[in-house]
Amino acid sequence: MSSTWAGIVFLATLVLALVLVHKPLGDYLARVLTATRHLRAEKVVYKLGGVDPDADQTWGRYLRSVLAFSAMGVLFLYGFLRLQHKVGHPYPMPQMSRSQSFDTAASFVTNTNWQSYSGENTLGYLVQMAGLAVQNFLSAAVGIAVAIALVRGFARHRTDRLGNFWVDLTRICLRILLPISVVFAIVFVGAGMIENLHHYSTIHTLAGGSQTLPGGPVASQEVIKELGTNGGGFFNANSAHPFENPTIWTNWLEIFLLLCISFSLPRTFGTIVGDRRQGRAIVAVMAVLAILSVGLQLGAQSAHHGTVPSAVGTSSEGTETRFGVPDSAVFATGTTLTSTGAVDSFHDSYTSLGGAVLLLNMMLGEVAPGGTGSGMYGILILAVITVFVAGLMVGRTPEYLGKKLGGREVKFASLYLLTTPALVLTGTAVAMALPGERAGMLNSGSHGLSEVLYSFTSAANNNGSAFAGISVNTVWYNTVLGIVMLLGRFLPIVFVLGLAGSLARQKPVPASEGTLPTHRLLFVGMLTGVTLIVVALTYFPALALGPLAEGLH
Amino acid sequence: MIPMRTLLNSLRQLAASLRMLLIFTVVLGVAYPLLITLIAQVPGLKSRADGSLIKADGKIVGSKLIGQSFTDDKGNPRPQYFQSRPSAAGSGYDPTASSASNLGPESIQDVLPDPAVKDDTGTHSLLTQVCARSLEIGKRYSVDGSRPFCTPDGVGAVLAVFYAGPGYHGSITRVVSVNQACPAKPFLTRYRGVPVQCGKSGADYSRGKIVPIRGAAPAHPAVPADAVTASGSGLDPEISPAFATLQEALVAKTRRITIAQVEALVQRYRKGRDLGFLGEARVNVLQVNLALDRAYPYRA
Repeated sequence: MSSTWAGIVFLATLVLALVLVHKPLGDYLARVLTATRHLRAEKVVYKLGGVDPDADQTWGRYLRSVLAFSAMGVLFLYGFLRLQHKVGHPYPMPQMSRSQSFDTAASFVTNTNWQSYSGENTLGYLVQMAGLAVQNFLSAAVGIAVAIALVRGFARHRTDRLGNFWVDLTRICLRILLPISVVFAIVFVGAGMIENLHHYSTIHTLAGGSQTLPGGPVASQEVIKELGTNGGGFFNANSAHPFENPTIWTNWLEIFLLLCISFSLPRTFGTIVGDRRQGRAIVAVMAVLAILSVGLQLGAQSAHHGTVPSAVGTSSEGTETRFGVPDSAVFATGTTLTSTGAVDSFHDSYTSLGGAVLLLNMMLGEVAPGGTGSGMYGILILAVITVFVAGLMVGRTPEYLGKKLGGREVKFASLYLLTTPALVLTGTAVAMALPGERAGMLNSGSHGLSEVLYSFTSAANNNGSAFAGISVNTVWYNTVLGIVMLLGRFLPIVFVLGLAGSLARQKPVPASEGTLPTHRLLFVGMLTGVTLIVVALTYFPALALGPLAEGLH
Repeated sequence: MIPMRTLLNSLRQLAASLRMLLIFTVVLGVAYPLLITLIAQVPGLKSRADGSLIKADGKIVGSKLIGQSFTDDKGNPRPQYFQSRPSAAGSGYDPTASSASNLGPESIQDVLPDPAVKDDTGTHSLLTQVCARSLEIGKRYSVDGSRPFCTPDGVGAVLAVFYAGPGYHGSITRVVSVNQACPAKPFLTRYRGVPVQCGKSGADYSRGKIVPIRGAAPAHPAVPADAVTASGSGLDPEISPAFATLQEALVAKTRRITIAQVEALVQRYRKGRDLGFLGEARVNVLQVNLALDRAYPYRA
């Protein structure tokens, strides 16, 4: 079997696994998030935390809880990172600078996991497990909670209440993320992923040299890094590192984990709004976009256009022998379509067109299927825009799931859509205008522009993967990218919850002859089209100057 | 003035946030990883959780999962061993600095060394790195080391073509082989009738059109792809079966054994695709070299 065919079978097995899992997992998520009873362990958490689990929150209150909790997360992690040289078990690590600590704290709390440091020579085990990995869980849970609040906005009528953030957060962590993590962490250890608290050990190699081998609680962090679409590696080489991804089947599992929740949430959405066909239409759009993207990526990487790939004979620079080129391309597609940003091969060395597809994936706003929760609310916003556009065409007041989309709703949706492009394009433009920041690029010319554009796209979309050639551990990049990540995460959340609040207040409009059916093929096509057109119009000029100019010369 | 009630509410929110954060830090950040670490102490899991370490004569010589350099202290390959792939991790296979090269597909123009500065090696583009490795490995294992877009002296075959008019129009006035530092002989004598010059350190060729030249090298070179490219981690423990096969004869000759004996060992550690479709076929370098040392100890 040729490499490419093996890659296609690899992809097909992943698709099959996701098809099998998304129903039970989506139904389970819906059950957990609509249950009225609290578990005993959860009651203890609420008691210790001093929160009232039975208080139904308005959208404003829900939002304030999200923001307060996340702000506390940033502060706590910043302090932890600044002090880690004092508690950096077990190896003395240097103190992290203010700007890098801010960047890292913002990055992990926003589910971005952009890293301007290399784990193995910067961070101790304690801050990795009790600082960063905790945010891997919590930021994923915040994303899912906000998505569920929006779904409740569609499902509920004539109320100003959207649920309770603390209850959603706790249940997602304790009933969903933690149990899955425990199971797969043990599986991962069985595959050879390390899980220990040993000192780094120096050994004498066969050829008479020496080598220092790191330790660390890697497997436990690795699971949630993928499951929560976080992507921050324990080591600099992320999932290319043999201790983070030792075998080819752990590679398969990691891709599966980073896709499974996001592909299941449409089922949860359909179940909660009481019409599973709606969920099916959404998941169909995600699947169409994802399969288009992975097809393009496999094509670009297998065709290996470009000078260096032609000289080599394949796109093997930056890929591991055990994974090979096609399976690495599947991982790269999965990680940029979700907000993960983990890498098992290095995107900077991808073919120009392959790199362009990765950028496009993130520019789609990560909705196919997107990050845990953020993908779901992202695509619902696009669905709102699609229904609105369709309404304009036929001259009727648009409605989605029985809710009228008036001025207020469309304003929230539009503001959501404008946030990321504004951050990406302004950020890139400013960085290119400053000579010092431009000098951080490793590659020159259009590939250099791609590096900067990729950084800002990755930060604003909370992805976290990098065209890693660029040196971003400078005060300017740390600070600016940190701010971009925070705005790129929390501004959209404000708009999503605002939209949820105004939807929940409405009374349902009965479907009439003029209502656009949102579960049919026509709507799937329209939503796919709107997603692609919005992206293409926004980013095409920047893409043309970067990867396209490089790939088509 | 912020109303007193709002202020109190915000403070209450923040206090609740802090308490919830601390609870989750204990549960998810301490209890969970410690539980997994505890479970990992079970026999069978423990050796893997500790890093799949390999012992020889009672001493740990490495991890099955982490690649090593098989070179002497000057960085020259030891011919009795199979060699690993090129590595961008520190000075090579340094697990405290795992890294890829991060050089792009059109990284084709070198910065030539400045002869006035002692020990200046310039900066090699990815293309030149690939060409140089291919040439060197071809020489070492006695096969053709040529590759497309490479010069016979092992740098990227790249021209800067200067035109009389703007926008690369008009007649060609000058052609420079930018990666071949003078006094090297350019890989082409003439390009479209214009003589090709060698490259000068520090010269500005940015006004020229950069043209990589494919050349006549075979599209499937004798030196395999993984032998000339760095891995993602810089710690890749494995090489392709093709790269292993290429190295067999030299290892056999150095150890004064037959190629068949070496090949038998390589076959023992060769792994196909998992389940027939997962990943790629590969050979673990450390394991093969260790088996060689056990079966056919090397005496210089």
